[in-house]
Amino acid sequence: MSPEALREIARNMVETVPQASALGFKLRSIEPSRGSILTPWREDLVGDPDTGVIAGGVITALLDHACGLAIISMATDSRTPFSTATLDLRIDYMRAATPRADIIAEAHCYKLTRTIAFVRAHAYDADPADPIATAQAAFVLKRGPVA
Amino acid sequence: MSEAAERLEIFLGRVPYVRFLGMRAELAGDEMTATLPFAPHLVGNVVMPALHGGVLGAFMEMTALAQLSVTSPAPRVHKTIDIAIEYLRPGKAQITYARADVRKVGRQVANVHVEAWQEARSKPVAFLRGHFLLSGA
Repeated sequence: MSPEALREIARNMVETVPQASALGFKLRSIEPSRGSILTPWREDLVGDPDTGVIAGGVITALLDHACGLAIISMATDSRTPFSTATLDLRIDYMRAATPRADIIAEAHCYKLTRTIAFVRAHAYDADPADPIATAQAAFVLKRGPVA
Repeated sequence: MSEAAERLEIFLGRVPYVRFLGMRAELAGDEMTATLPFAPHLVGNVVMPALHGGVLGAFMEMTALAQLSVTSPAPRVHKTIDIAIEYLRPGKAQITYARADVRKVGRQVANVHVEAWQEARSKPVAFLRGHFLLSGA
């Protein structure tokens, strides 16, 4: 698959999936085994009304989606595209996200078997070295058209 | 309305993200059941269609926080330390339910298990285990 075709699939996955578009996800980058997504802070997504900190659920969806993106990026090495279903997802929240700052998630699919993908991801706002949250996940691959 | 039900109402009404999800919760005695009516913006896979995995995780995390707002009331929202989500079945385009079981409340940290299901509780769609830093601790 050409980088352009991959980018098109990635953009579709990040910007047209209903939950992703409802949260305002934007594709930052995609390359084999890695994907990155940005999501803007929004008042209606706040989880702590006293501080304006965005809800953990937004970060969960962002990290989950970035993991899926990293897996889809491996489609360059595969004849058949596939969709993914999350098997398990573990998230550590290191600190509160800064109110009103964009949040970036970067994911790396470090092992792909015929049926399972193993992925790590992290989310940050200003500094990649100062993460908001890190994630470790396993996904099941479903062969067929990318959903 | 009982004091516990009032605390729950206040929590649900104060958190904007609860409205974004469209989540509700009801108390029956000391047992809380959270519901997530289906809405198109919650979809993560349009072909199946299925709820986004992040939505199920988020719903269960909010269920844990809502339960803690009742059982460990505090002026501020408790903070999530970590969560581990297990997905058993795809979340179909229909209403989802969840219940939280507060396994331990320590001086600083609470351990909560959450179960989510759709047609039957015996067919869970997902589980969540989480640790939460208690506000005011």
